[in-house]
Amino acid sequence: MARMTMIEAVRSAMDVSMGRDEDVVVFGEDVGYFGGVFRATQGLQAKYGKTRCFDAPINESGILGTAIGMAAHGLKPCVEIQFADYMYPAYDQITQEAARIRYRSNGDFTCPIVVRMPTGGGIFGGQTHSQSPEALFTHVCGLKVVVPSNPYDAKGLLIAAIEDPDPVMFLEPKRLYNGPFDGHHEKPVTPWSRHDLGEVPEGHYTIPIGKAEIRRSGGAVTVVAYGTMVHVALAAAEETGIDAEVIDLRSLLPLDLDTIVQSVKKTGRCVVVHEATLTSGFGAEVVSLVQEHCFYSLEAPVVRVTGWDTPYPHAQEWDYFPGPARVGRALKEVMEG
Amino acid sequence: MTEVPHLSLHVPEPAVRPGGEPDFSNVKIAKAGSVPRPPVDAAPEDIRDLAYSIIRVLNRDGEAVGPWAGLLSDEELLTGLRSMMKLRAFDARMLMAQRQGKTSFYMQHLGEEAVASAFRKALQKGDMNFPTYRQAGLLIADDYPMVEMMNQIYSNEADPLRGRQLPIMYSSKAHGFFTISGNLATQYVQAVGWAMASAIKKDTKIAAAWIGDGSTAESDFHSALVFASTYKAPVILNIVNNQWAISTFQGIARGGSGTFAARGLGFGIPALRVDGNDYLAVYAVAKWAAERARRNLGPTLIEYVTYRVGAHSTSDDPSAYRPKTESEAWPLGDPVLRLKKHLIVRGVWSEERHTQAEAEILDEVIQAQKQAESHGTLHAGGKPSVRDIFEGVYAEMPAHIRRQRQKAGY
Repeated sequence: MARMTMIEAVRSAMDVSMGRDEDVVVFGEDVGYFGGVFRATQGLQAKYGKTRCFDAPINESGILGTAIGMAAHGLKPCVEIQFADYMYPAYDQITQEAARIRYRSNGDFTCPIVVRMPTGGGIFGGQTHSQSPEALFTHVCGLKVVVPSNPYDAKGLLIAAIEDPDPVMFLEPKRLYNGPFDGHHEKPVTPWSRHDLGEVPEGHYTIPIGKAEIRRSGGAVTVVAYGTMVHVALAAAEETGIDAEVIDLRSLLPLDLDTIVQSVKKTGRCVVVHEATLTSGFGAEVVSLVQEHCFYSLEAPVVRVTGWDTPYPHAQEWDYFPGPARVGRALKEVMEG
Repeated sequence: MTEVPHLSLHVPEPAVRPGGEPDFSNVKIAKAGSVPRPPVDAAPEDIRDLAYSIIRVLNRDGEAVGPWAGLLSDEELLTGLRSMMKLRAFDARMLMAQRQGKTSFYMQHLGEEAVASAFRKALQKGDMNFPTYRQAGLLIADDYPMVEMMNQIYSNEADPLRGRQLPIMYSSKAHGFFTISGNLATQYVQAVGWAMASAIKKDTKIAAAWIGDGSTAESDFHSALVFASTYKAPVILNIVNNQWAISTFQGIARGGSGTFAARGLGFGIPALRVDGNDYLAVYAVAKWAAERARRNLGPTLIEYVTYRVGAHSTSDDPSAYRPKTESEAWPLGDPVLRLKKHLIVRGVWSEERHTQAEAEILDEVIQAQKQAESHGTLHAGGKPSVRDIFEGVYAEMPAHIRRQRQKAGY
């Protein structure tokens, strides 16, 4: 075991995968010599050579398109989109190509690729470095969508994603790279080195895609969250003293519906939290499923706490970000309902 | 204050519209045999002229002339002729089948048969094409069973793609034919990725990308050129310029100057322009580009100058946007007739043998059609299962899709 930040865990996952399987290749903008703007691929080119870890032109559609072609030739590309906000030029390749190649060719061709992208806000990145586009992927059949919340999961899920036979969108909450950010931006973040989930095995292990994890057991209300919001929800539960059960989805597609349903049937209350905008966000899907499967167990309307339906602002970042105070208010509202 | 004239927007128009006299005076045709054949390791900057001329082998008298001639044997040329005739007969039967309601949609190759048919012969087994919807010649020339193509077109119970894809969107890894998408240009950059993978794996296989004149306007075309030139990928970048993108003439994608081939020059990619209706020229240029790729010399861009004689698809009516007689005025002629004439000039073919071959091929196509129709057509007979809707979205069916399949009653 070693102490790792989330970036180190992500890098270790690629390192382990490249070491085990020479078909794994890593590329993206600034990814090669420099090691990526967040340093996720630092050292990989030196270790595995220029043909297995290299810089790509600033062309996201080209990065995805070439990755798809490489996968058709038997490689397992793990590509980086520098910010999730930059993935739109590649959206055609992701939705109409990567996601459907297995289906439309009846398995004649497949697309085992991983698309890593730093996601979410909290770093004063403004509207083009803060977005959470996960719902644009969960709406696409044929993709898997993973959002880890800690170093241990990040490594195990990323190795699982690289080994997965289908395309996986791997969204890394960049505010979590250095520590379990709980929304208290005025305080320094606790480093991962002082957190249990910063303990990461150095070798190979996987975490199955499609399995949620209960981060805090409770009987009063279920909080469904993923990524950064897991830590915000945990903080809100502690600060309000409400006996909340916090579910970390880890994988949005496939979704671990059983864990959600079991919890909501027990608590009778549910709050869904994400950083992405409200309307047609992934929370809408979770709320629908909860009412379909748990309607007769519900004691109160299900509530969503999300980013506002506006572009991500710069100066007003902390009024936009759904921090522990807003989540706490939602918990109280649901308890009173 | 000086008066500045008001600006005006230039919107290109084709030379002629319906009712007018066809006019191809803007298509400058080089004399057969007049364009030099450089060594495959020529520097791109030394062969820039090839992007502006038209490489041709067959002259008006049906003779093969010049430095690009002499690569194919009698036997290979006869096989090539048969491939093109087969594709033409296949198209005619499938168009008819579509009109009879046996399928929803069809796209034919009339006038463009030489391009994919000859190109396929320049590749080797294991090489991979990333085709558009008008390269079925790649499959026919590689002896992919016609009945399988028809099963796909009919979306019947034997459809290798289980009814999931629009007719003619074939897929065959074994025949080096990447699954056709149906949207445009995405495959162009995928081909570059496949070629890069071949180089990463230190393999010997090369890739071929296909696109039409209209779709070169897509971003992915330019992405492909960036990646291909950056990594010197072993890929042949093919542009089939058949003059029309549905109703839009090629000038809308290209503007009034330059050629599609010349798009490669800015990327430092050798670019050649070839008579797409000349089987021998297509083969010779494809072979040149394939050798370059295989010798790790990098990508080549090829523009095939041809003409889409038929409609874009069965959903299109070209008489609404171009003169009806335009195809007859096309200066590069008919690829089948030109190769036929050449083989007669070579003394290995005759009118009688041609007529006989047409009858044999038609019979072969009809036999395949009967066999395919025994498995059903779109609205009659055997169909893929409703289960097939839900299978194959992922390697392993996730719970939510299983629940939906159960809801559908399967």
